[in-house]
Amino acid sequence: MAQDKKVRLKVQRQDGPGLSSYWQEFELPWQPHMNVISALMEIQKRPLTADGKKTTPVVWESVCLEEVCGSCTMVINGRVRQSCSAMIDQLAPGGETITLQPMTKFPVVRDLMVDRARMFADLKRVKAWIQLDGSHELGAGPRQSQDNQETTYPLSRCMTCGCCLEACPQVNPSSDFVGPAAINQVRLFNLHPSGQMHAGERLDAVMGEGGVEGCGKAQNCVEVCPKEIPLVDSISSVGRDTTKRMLLGWLLK
Amino acid sequence: MAASKNLVRSESGKIRRVVVVGGGLAGLTTVIKLCEAGVPVDLFSLVPVKRSHSVCAQGGINASVNTKGEGDSPQVHLEETAYGGDFLANQPPVKAMCDAAPGIVFLLDRMGVPFNRTPEGLLDFRRFGGTLFHRTAFAGATTGQQLLYALDEQVRRWETVDLEDDKGDRVPGEKMVRKFEAWDFVGLVLDDHGTCRGIVAQDLKNTEIKAFPGDAVCLATGGVGIIFGKSTNSVINTGTATSTAYQQGACYGNGECIQVHPTAIPGADKLRLISESVRGEGGRVWVPRDPTEQRRGRDVPESQREYFLEEKYPGYGNLVPRDIASRELFKKCFHEKRGVYNRQSGKNENEVYLDVTHIPSETLRKKLAGVLEIYEKFAGEDPYTNPMRVFPAVHYTMGGLWVDFERSANGSLVTGSPRNQATNIPGLYAVGEADYQYHGANRLGANSLLSCIWGGMATGPAIASYRKNLARSAWDMPSSLFERAEKREQKKYESILAMDGEENAYQLHQELAHTMLVDCTIERHNATLDKVLAKIDEIDGRMKRVGVTDTVQGKMNQGAQFVRHMQNMVVLARVIAQGARNRDESRGAHYKPDFPQRDDENFLRTTMAMHQGAENGSPATVRYVRELDYDLLGTPVHVTDAVDISLVKPRARKYDTAGAASAVAQSGPKASPAAQNAPAASTEKA
Repeated sequence: MAQDKKVRLKVQRQDGPGLSSYWQEFELPWQPHMNVISALMEIQKRPLTADGKKTTPVVWESVCLEEVCGSCTMVINGRVRQSCSAMIDQLAPGGETITLQPMTKFPVVRDLMVDRARMFADLKRVKAWIQLDGSHELGAGPRQSQDNQETTYPLSRCMTCGCCLEACPQVNPSSDFVGPAAINQVRLFNLHPSGQMHAGERLDAVMGEGGVEGCGKAQNCVEVCPKEIPLVDSISSVGRDTTKRMLLGWLLK
Repeated sequence: MAASKNLVRSESGKIRRVVVVGGGLAGLTTVIKLCEAGVPVDLFSLVPVKRSHSVCAQGGINASVNTKGEGDSPQVHLEETAYGGDFLANQPPVKAMCDAAPGIVFLLDRMGVPFNRTPEGLLDFRRFGGTLFHRTAFAGATTGQQLLYALDEQVRRWETVDLEDDKGDRVPGEKMVRKFEAWDFVGLVLDDHGTCRGIVAQDLKNTEIKAFPGDAVCLATGGVGIIFGKSTNSVINTGTATSTAYQQGACYGNGECIQVHPTAIPGADKLRLISESVRGEGGRVWVPRDPTEQRRGRDVPESQREYFLEEKYPGYGNLVPRDIASRELFKKCFHEKRGVYNRQSGKNENEVYLDVTHIPSETLRKKLAGVLEIYEKFAGEDPYTNPMRVFPAVHYTMGGLWVDFERSANGSLVTGSPRNQATNIPGLYAVGEADYQYHGANRLGANSLLSCIWGGMATGPAIASYRKNLARSAWDMPSSLFERAEKREQKKYESILAMDGEENAYQLHQELAHTMLVDCTIERHNATLDKVLAKIDEIDGRMKRVGVTDTVQGKMNQGAQFVRHMQNMVVLARVIAQGARNRDESRGAHYKPDFPQRDDENFLRTTMAMHQGAENGSPATVRYVRELDYDLLGTPVHVTDAVDISLVKPRARKYDTAGAASAVAQSGPKASPAAQNAPAASTEKA
């Protein structure tokens, strides 16, 4: 009977930044079309653990629930991904326990919510924008080929979700590697006809310490990117450009 | 009183910032415009602004650039928008928006939005609802996301720009934009004259409540779809900020105008949108002619399919406006019981087919991949080979905070007038889905991204001129004003933390949402609406007996935050339901089977709602007004609920003949080589 079907969650909880974590289990009634988010929403309505103890609802971050905002990223059954598109029937067809953990490469705010401020700071560092003269009317933008659009659009779908940083072995407490997401933005803006005019500044930002050289070519990033952004291509492309720039700078000395 | 001379520093030497709440398209555009006018901004957002609900917009943004040689123009765009909204929108702001649209799309292109291109490298445009023209620029099927990112990038750049004082010298340590992300707006700071002097907000990560002065405040906090529970909206769209401003004296306009989008997919947590662009690219809506049909959609032969929109509306076919399409889908499923058979549930569900399987997969991949990917991930079926199964869902808030405008001699807006986008609370502005201004009783597809960005382009200059003429800066007001407001909100928050009743706020939300969804959306009946209002009062009462699910202090506490949002949702639910009860006619998305005609004589007017707080144990009520006076920089302004219809004369709204939506383009688009490959969908599949 569908009505008796249960969803079992095992959640790694943490009451606040810097505190130690602990596990809690939950058992919820199954519903059609259920995803991890709707399971967590059920806990809000009835905050009880599997053994019936009263608890606080699990804290997590979510906005769009359709995998375009990047908010609800967490580690589900050991794999980093968005929890909105994590469908219960696919994860646990036989009612298996699903484990939820916060990402490990960012400081925990509470439970499954982490602070990804560093990713936004990195967008500043690599100047991920067009140097606009102003928002007044200046007529049409530069013409672009369909080919260029088809190359840049997929790069531009990065949601700053953090999956690639979570999966990258080079992003760790003892390294300051900027990670694939920001490097991909360098490629994106350097491909734009006006963005190109400031390509050097962006390349400088990922040259040297913590820059593109930090990539260890593990290729985990493309494996986990929910938008299938060709991150490895982006890293190699930016790597080639920084090498050229370095050599050029050396020759001009 | 003369305006103070120094626009950068207050008399006491503080940097005179303004406050923008909300970092979607409307908020971010406002910020950019303010920065360009030299006005420093504090930007508040519930979430990192890059994750705002604007990311969910899929199909595109309208602009009559006419690159297909069809004879499109901003005038046609204005006419079709006014007609599509069933004439409830004031027309000067709509004209200003449509005139500005081509420039806005070019601007976004300059910012790096990866719009789809024609072979010549120009912007490509596609069709959308309520028009026969190719007017919608798009970046795949994630246009909102791409627009939001472009504006987010520009605002991030302003975060790195040093502030300059009035002599042009850099002010050390001060940047043009300061961002406060993961902060929840909890109230306005109003001085003794009722002028808005700042906001009170809560840092969600540590629950600290703090007042912030602002020479002006702009709410760009989006719509209220979460009042209806599962909708196409993001979980943050509770309307908490607009509701709060309303409770503090702001007028709320056309609350009853809520758009239901015809095509969404079911989900346990959300009804995910399947963009109108799917039909713009030739997608067709149908049900089997035989209601007992149990074969899969793709196995039902052409002759046994009923393309009911195309049959009933040959002029616009699958691209009739959303209110009409939603009503037809609803009728098909609920009244005629013609919803399609679902093999998983083993019964006929309230769903119809949305079919793109006849379109070449290469075209689908280039133009619609983003949305088809959502269908595949969440419905678990390949839409390239199987017709999608969809049903209507609450989508957009046409109503919102009432805002003013100043009409120019040519029927447009006076650029930079401080009246534009101003609420009736002096110093408070509203923009984007949070305002009520541009869409009347029904919004046309791909006009929302436009109205958000255009709204920001009007609001930035309006606030800049308001601030220029402000006699006294908020930054020179006594600190006691802000301390009082801070204390008031701290006390409210503490009272939420102390709630230990038996009710669960999330469950009450589910109950409220269910009532609103079932009885206050596509079809509205007065007897039922009376019950809805009684239910809202009941829930209002039960909200006082809530037990907060989380009492932790000083750390992220979503349970307490939700109680606050829920309290504010109940207030706006009443505005929506009572507004629907009062409007005894059918207009756009507001449809009463008992009053099927539009009644211009009695109801061609804005619903203007004012909050009447709870008294002597009786619940809060809504006071509807026909006119109001507000003070703008010392000058009284008088406004009424009359709709400015000076540009497009109201006429009956029908979509069965091609070109009916626009008088200047009666015959529809001129045939052109570029347009020939996408005629009305009814002729698409031979």
